[in-house]
Amino acid sequence: MPGAGAVPVTRPVRLSQGQHQSQFVLMASTLSDRELVSRCRAGDQQAWNELVERFSRYVYAIAVQAFRLPAADAEDVFQEVFARAYQHLDKLRDDSAVRPWLAQLTRRLCIDRLRAASRERPVADEELVSGSEETVALLDEALAVHEALAASPEHCREILDRFFARDESYKTIGKALDLPAGTIASRISRCLRRLRELLEGRSQTDRASGE
Amino acid sequence: MTAFGEERLASLIRALPPAPEGWVRAAQELPFARPQLDEIVARAEADAAFRQQLIADLEAALAAEGYERDPAVLAALRVRFEAK
Repeated sequence: MPGAGAVPVTRPVRLSQGQHQSQFVLMASTLSDRELVSRCRAGDQQAWNELVERFSRYVYAIAVQAFRLPAADAEDVFQEVFARAYQHLDKLRDDSAVRPWLAQLTRRLCIDRLRAASRERPVADEELVSGSEETVALLDEALAVHEALAASPEHCREILDRFFARDESYKTIGKALDLPAGTIASRISRCLRRLRELLEGRSQTDRASGE
Repeated sequence: MTAFGEERLASLIRALPPAPEGWVRAAQELPFARPQLDEIVARAEADAAFRQQLIADLEAALAAEGYERDPAVLAALRVRFEAK
């Protein structure tokens, strides 16, 4: 279960507020979800930045991929999810359950949006959420892979994220990382293999511990 | 975690592209928006007409009073007024 474990993992975080994306640096964060929520509740601004960063892709993907909201609605939902999370963090009964809590909040707000948009033509809830559960399940798995990616060596996590998640070309990656184009494909392949081994190692550990 | 090949791994990495930078920054800045947020809420509590305008059309009411559009503030105000 992504983020639910007690073992801290490294994750990408933003350096500080106000920095431009080009200054985005993948740093190792050793905070578990539970610790992160606890720090946010205590008013730690850096922890809040990290919580938003950690779950921003997930919330965004639920709104855009699972519920196919248009960009303007997706942005409103995105902001409202984090506004509600910030305001109601005290109500979270289990700090390690922040991911499913955010997922549920995002789902509910997406459905409200779709329902409001379909006022002229009433639509059953089943139709509104059709296919979304399967997509959210896939996104849960994707989040677990991204957590493993964040625990990978920096040269791997950056190149895999740039190529697959950011859809950057070899040329752009080569320029950004100062790498000859010819070595990018082989590095991606090596890093994917390494990531798979890391995930398989985790699976074995989970099985051994009875999870 | 289910076992998967490298193609599946690649598709799962691809499934979570970054959210737009501006959205993330706005959500991160929410705590910094608190003074403005508190000011608007205090005004709305003291001024029933302003409060009604906010409920009727939040963005237009804020723009009419000269507040800059701040997605984090808008989202937080929606939560506040919906909760009351």
